[in-house]
Amino acid sequence: MLQKIGVKSIDDLFVDIKTQHRPKSFNLPQGKSEFEVLEYLKTLAAKNSSQLVPFIGGGFYDHYVPAVVAALTSRGEFFTAYTPYQPECSQGTLQALFEYQSAICAMTDMEVANASLYEGGTALYEAVMMAIRTTNRKKVLVDGGVSPIYKKIIRSYTTNLHFEFVETPVVHGQASRSAIKNLLDKNTAAVVVQNPNFFGAIDDYSDIVDLAHQAGALVVESVYPISLGLLKTPGEMGVDIVTGEGQSLGLALNFGGPYLGFMATRKEFVRKMPGRIVGQTVDKEGRRCYVNTLQAREQHIRREKATSNICTNVALCALQAVIFMSLVGKEGFKELARINADKAEYMKQCLEKIKGVQVKRSSPTFNEFTVCLPKDASTVVEAMIKKGFAAGFPLSRYYPGMDNYMIIAVTEKRTKAEIDAYTKALAAVLVS
Amino acid sequence: MEIIEHYYYTKDHEWVCMEEESAMVGITDYAQSSLGDITFVELPTVDTEVEQFEELASVESVKAASDIFSPLGGRIVDVNHNLDSDPGLINRSPYERGWIAKIVAADLDQLGNLMNAEEYQSFLEAEKEE
Amino acid sequence: MLNQPVDLIFNKSVKGRRGYVNPPVGVDAHAPIPQAFMRKSECNWPEVSELDVVRHFTLLSRLNYSVDTNFYPLGSCTMKYNPRITEKIAQLSGFTDLHPLLPQLLQGEKFTQGALQVLFEMEEWLCEITGMKAFTLQPLAGAHGELAGVMMIAAYHRAKGNKKKYIIVPDAAHGTNPATASIVGYEILSVKTTPQGILDLDDLKSKVNNDVAGLMLTCPDTHGIFHSDIDKIAEIIHAVDGLMYYDGANLNAILGRCRPGDVGFDVMHINIHKTFSAPHGGGGPGSGPVGVSDRLLPFLPISRVIKRADGSFALNYDYPQSVGYISSFYGNFSVLLKAFAYTLILGGDGLKQTSDHAVLNANYIRACLKDYYTVPYDRICMHEVVFSAEKQVARGVHAIDVAKFLIDKGYHPPTVYFPMTVKEAIMVEPTETESKQSIDEFIQVMIKADELSKTAPESFHDMPKTMPISRPDEVKAAKDINTCYRG
Repeated sequence: MLQKIGVKSIDDLFVDIKTQHRPKSFNLPQGKSEFEVLEYLKTLAAKNSSQLVPFIGGGFYDHYVPAVVAALTSRGEFFTAYTPYQPECSQGTLQALFEYQSAICAMTDMEVANASLYEGGTALYEAVMMAIRTTNRKKVLVDGGVSPIYKKIIRSYTTNLHFEFVETPVVHGQASRSAIKNLLDKNTAAVVVQNPNFFGAIDDYSDIVDLAHQAGALVVESVYPISLGLLKTPGEMGVDIVTGEGQSLGLALNFGGPYLGFMATRKEFVRKMPGRIVGQTVDKEGRRCYVNTLQAREQHIRREKATSNICTNVALCALQAVIFMSLVGKEGFKELARINADKAEYMKQCLEKIKGVQVKRSSPTFNEFTVCLPKDASTVVEAMIKKGFAAGFPLSRYYPGMDNYMIIAVTEKRTKAEIDAYTKALAAVLVS
Repeated sequence: MEIIEHYYYTKDHEWVCMEEESAMVGITDYAQSSLGDITFVELPTVDTEVEQFEELASVESVKAASDIFSPLGGRIVDVNHNLDSDPGLINRSPYERGWIAKIVAADLDQLGNLMNAEEYQSFLEAEKEE
Repeated sequence: MLNQPVDLIFNKSVKGRRGYVNPPVGVDAHAPIPQAFMRKSECNWPEVSELDVVRHFTLLSRLNYSVDTNFYPLGSCTMKYNPRITEKIAQLSGFTDLHPLLPQLLQGEKFTQGALQVLFEMEEWLCEITGMKAFTLQPLAGAHGELAGVMMIAAYHRAKGNKKKYIIVPDAAHGTNPATASIVGYEILSVKTTPQGILDLDDLKSKVNNDVAGLMLTCPDTHGIFHSDIDKIAEIIHAVDGLMYYDGANLNAILGRCRPGDVGFDVMHINIHKTFSAPHGGGGPGSGPVGVSDRLLPFLPISRVIKRADGSFALNYDYPQSVGYISSFYGNFSVLLKAFAYTLILGGDGLKQTSDHAVLNANYIRACLKDYYTVPYDRICMHEVVFSAEKQVARGVHAIDVAKFLIDKGYHPPTVYFPMTVKEAIMVEPTETESKQSIDEFIQVMIKADELSKTAPESFHDMPKTMPISRPDEVKAAKDINTCYRG
């Protein structure tokens, strides 16, 4: 090969790298065999406890992932392909993404969805930017019930831009209608809400949608997919842009990623939507087929005028989600949502029996709820870890002053026995 | 490539046709053919002001997006809503039915910054050489 | 490869059919949810059996070309083989079951020591590989890394009270560069490419001014050429207190041969799914860690993983000048885990060999095909080579036609029409994992395409002929927008 190229050695191929540009150091370990690496990583995996029974959510939930999901997504034809730039030899990925978009539209009652964004937080940021672009306005109202993690993400991304963010208060667990009404004006691009909100409370935002639309603003809603088996959909409320974290749709927790940001909107806004979009069309013979469409919005064509800089998204996670959604199906989805809500209700009833524990019931909830403890929640959680439970997420982590509060999540995986044992352990921790 | 005698042209391949009340603006035959099948036109808002050579609209084809710059400064008084449902009008009739906007020119001296048909013809030939 | 279309899963739906059994409720409680908050519409997910689902998606997978089934020399994307051991490791339940909020609980980090160690050591290795001072592993893809990097550039200038307006981007750059700089709030200055295929220093000098915040450079660039004058470029930019951004999309070319940190770059991203062999997943998930030099250290996103004196690992959020949160957690952990295992297996020597072979393979293809396809920059290239189909175009055969010919021959086509600085570009990146035999076969097929362009140029227009579909009507897709199945 070197002869054909016309050089004497491989080093000759690197002549463009001047001597003074060679590495000052490159001290890495020696390579290891597959067996050694596996054994080593097993020891690291063992240092992480998966023995703690998880009751933490905060937007990321311990749902069961059916075996079929991994079995199908581990097919090399899916996971070793790339973005379907050549549609004729990528119909598998393209059709799966079209089906994913369709299932997301069905779940949210929206008209169009994109083929995925990185995760729920960055998806919400993209939605805010989309609302700003669509309305050509610069003020955004963010309800206090939106995930504090997501709010931090939106803030960091917009530090260098001249937008105004106003946080509106939560009153008795719900978005303050009066505050939103007072703050909405002709500069407002969007009102951002979340359902269920970070504290677990559920809501119907139809009235906020009306207020926002009267002011010419859009409503952006972040949703928790599993809850939509039961709860009023963004489409039913008239919401303009929907995003969310799709981790609960068949993705493992994986210490934070990869996850799945989804986004859906109304047809009239489709050209303002960031990310890849798969569209149905026909081939030369008139056969149904799929392509990446509306690409002129994207960075590889529009460069600095693109709707977003996103390129690689999370196609494989979208595939996991559509397999999950197909498997669970229309009826299974309703049932799954109901199981989650009812188990959480059972847990509320158990905890209410413990002296000094106050379950917040000012708003209805789905599968996560806020409790007020007679002690500092962080130290209670610490004590519960010793008893084998990841007992909840203390709110003081993001809300200084709410020291005694935590949120507790219950999924279909939690059993009556686990909930009963938790209750007993908590009662013991609180008296000690 | 068709070029219309009494129109004025820009280096970005927009044209302007002076009418009694206003100036009609569009993109040239050359522009439409290099873009290919046009799939979407983002029209400007009526009653807004635009400066000469400032962004007026954008057109999209499958593999390209292109900004349209206004050949003249002034107030936009009309836009061609037929393009909403049939953007291909620009491909089929770039100089007539595929017009994009009508502008009441603020300063007719700005026509001096544009090319006439003959100049545009030589401009196109020079570009082709390159 | 399956040679027939597959019906939509929605069309396989039969009322009442179920594919999955939920766990039992097992408790006697009913959540009181007011009617007003309840869903009234039906969620029309398919009603299918488990076998329906398995068969449907298995059939769909057979409509794809992939690295596992086809040579995939897609330029700029580094489609190398993905070793299976890394997949197995990423499935260990000690990693998959780990809740990301666990280390944020008091004492919770004790239960995530293994995962934190992976992140900490991966960061250390990336520093050694690139010569940067520190990394954030949080960015979730290459473009997301660019965003984090340019945000840090902005934070640096804000902290110094600099009022900067522009980011310089070469005309040959990936579209993500200008798009990123623009969404952070910068205007773009574009710099030309010389006839030799590298950034034009004179044009750069004429455009640099005190309002320049930084320059984004891919090196080797999208023509597959390494900038020998990298130090001069850095000097020009640093002279106006601008920062040098290294787009690591093409890092696969220079492992062990050059470190961006040593040659004056202040910030860079790495595409883990390219250089470090995490699979591309049909378009993600990726991972785009960002490394910084000393001067950008205070601005790294939070959290950061630290090692305590007692050897334990922890998350630290206490960096007052940080750009803040850029995603919810610590990056695409399982993608990083695959890269960690890949690095362990290859070691330093293996990584260096990776680049050696990637560059050797690309140059071999260049040498073998240069008599058939125009090489606009005919010189030693790095890990990829850009051809132009201009000779074939004169016969009526375009780059896209060559691409479709290759599909019929069982190859995923190279990247076509990019970089935009080359007319009718065909960008070939063989990667190090292909054998000489498979590369030779590819070369023969490319030569055949050239021959056919002489003898029967019109035959290309019906290609591909062996796929489940022929060329799609993309104009119709963009005009009659249909992105969602409706019953």
